[in-house]
Amino acid sequence: MTTKIRNGTLNLLSLAALFYFLWWAPGNLDGYKLRIINLIAINAILGLSLNLIYGMTGMFSLGHAGFMAIGAYVSALLILTAEQKTTMWILDPIAPWLLNLHTPFIASLILAGLAAAFLGWVIALPVLRLGGDYLGIATLGFAEIIRILIVNLTPLTNGSLGLKGIPAHTDLWMSYGCFVVVLIFMVRLMNSNFGNVLRAVRDDEIAAKTMGINTFQTRVLAFTIGCFGGGLGGALMGNLITTIDPKMFMITQTYSLLMVVVVGGLGSITGSVIGSILVTTMLEWLRFVENPVTIGSFHIPGIPGMRMVIFSMLLIVIIIFRREGIMGTREFSWDWLFPAKPSGAKGVRGQ
Amino acid sequence: MTAIPISKQKSEQKSEQKIVLEIKDVTLRFGGLVAVGDLSMNVPEGSITGLIGPNGAGKTTVFNVVTGFYKPTKGSVDFLGQRLTGLPPHKVCEAGLSRTFQNIRLFHNETVLENVMIGSYVRQRGKWWQNLVPFLFPAAAREEREIRATSMELLTHLGLAEQAHAISSSLPYGAQRRLEIARALATRPKFLLLDEPAAGMNPQESVELLNFIRKLRDDFDLTILLIEHDMKVVMGVCEYIWVLDRGMLIAEGSPRDIRANPQVIEAYLGKDAPAGDAPSGA
Repeated sequence: MTTKIRNGTLNLLSLAALFYFLWWAPGNLDGYKLRIINLIAINAILGLSLNLIYGMTGMFSLGHAGFMAIGAYVSALLILTAEQKTTMWILDPIAPWLLNLHTPFIASLILAGLAAAFLGWVIALPVLRLGGDYLGIATLGFAEIIRILIVNLTPLTNGSLGLKGIPAHTDLWMSYGCFVVVLIFMVRLMNSNFGNVLRAVRDDEIAAKTMGINTFQTRVLAFTIGCFGGGLGGALMGNLITTIDPKMFMITQTYSLLMVVVVGGLGSITGSVIGSILVTTMLEWLRFVENPVTIGSFHIPGIPGMRMVIFSMLLIVIIIFRREGIMGTREFSWDWLFPAKPSGAKGVRGQ
Repeated sequence: MTAIPISKQKSEQKSEQKIVLEIKDVTLRFGGLVAVGDLSMNVPEGSITGLIGPNGAGKTTVFNVVTGFYKPTKGSVDFLGQRLTGLPPHKVCEAGLSRTFQNIRLFHNETVLENVMIGSYVRQRGKWWQNLVPFLFPAAAREEREIRATSMELLTHLGLAEQAHAISSSLPYGAQRRLEIARALATRPKFLLLDEPAAGMNPQESVELLNFIRKLRDDFDLTILLIEHDMKVVMGVCEYIWVLDRGMLIAEGSPRDIRANPQVIEAYLGKDAPAGDAPSGA
């Protein structure tokens, strides 16, 4: 009981610290840093949702960028005003029923998640009968289909021109609010017996079936929930960057999320959060390698895309030397700070 | 061919014993190969029944047919009046049959306790989303706590309580076998199928296993069907034995009958004469 109270207090304290930081940051940090801090939360949401699919339930999915795209587009279309829409659609006029569709931001986030989840569910029914690498390839294909549809369904999506002038609704409160909700959801889910069941399906499907688990249904459910997270993250990202176009949601987007999950540790909630912090900051910090460099009399012109090369090499190194990632499947626990008292309780983690 | 009349006689003899599992004329073909041919057998309630036979006789295949992993080409399996044929494995488990595997199949990344809790999930009534907001669904939260407690009790009962928080793959072999049985019991079965429970055990452990299996049957009100190669275990614990060879039932009876049965001896040891008239019965 005392550890429970202690952990609860510490959770509340870290939440308070997060609140204080969010209150302090906008006045004291520049826009660039704020953008990165926002992206950390969004990538953590996306990483957690991908981890639910891949790390926890063992479904190798490469389709997350597609579900992000669905989320980003649904949210953007729901919050753009009718005037904005009419001026933006130049190639084809916008579909009339879409023109006056308008919802508040929060509602658009939820609808974005639901749309992605629905599509994920539809895709899951045929695709989740596959396993392993086949599933990866099939989901990759579906993500591409979604992207190509967005490019070509001009009356709905404005095609390859994308959407501009999306109101920048995503502020620190919004992104971290969503992040905390997703985090608590994941911690509660994975600590419940249903979380055990998800891991059971990942570890040994035959044994899981023998234990009376409808493995197919369970996988479909986990996939659908994960897609909701993908849609939510995509919507938040669209409202942070304020312009979206189909090129944003290429396979490279899925790769960077995969990096978040793998670097942090497949199957670890804490891992995805740490992975998100590392990958997001590194991707920005490594930009210096793309600038022109002069060493003595030696001049190297800037090579765009160089940081991705370095990043890919880092990923290879991680996979060779520490395949389980930073956390493995372990979770952060307040007991780490109090090693004398052994207990299985896990803490909700706040930055 | 001779199997059916004998089983009729037997069921008349033990008329007060209820048949819980009834396998009727089950045939399973993989292409041209007959893995199980016209198998009919039944298991009376509360018994410990053995299914034996040389390697490749189709014993595990019978288990797979009963537990829904294979759909028989022909024939049916009934459990307490419910038709099991065609049901997927998780429905078979819901109906009250649970099994273990020849090569242990634990959830190896999970702790011992979690393995057992996963077994309880099939009887859990609370929905997954109710445990996300436990303050709104106190009944689901209570159930979750109860599952933890009863799983712990089960582990205590099977002598695994001390390792409850160890990762299951770190257990010694014998304990892993016991954990697999504990996990099967967590699904609250009425019928337990054990696939070679004594595999890899030394003679002393096998003797312990005999008492363990009997105790299981009595403590949990089970009917047990087991596949076993260790004849000491089979003869020591089984009340009735069915013998398979190349997918066919060749004998059935009490341990004493089976030990003396020439066909069984032949199946296990072969015979001197050239096997010209071997498939005469088929």
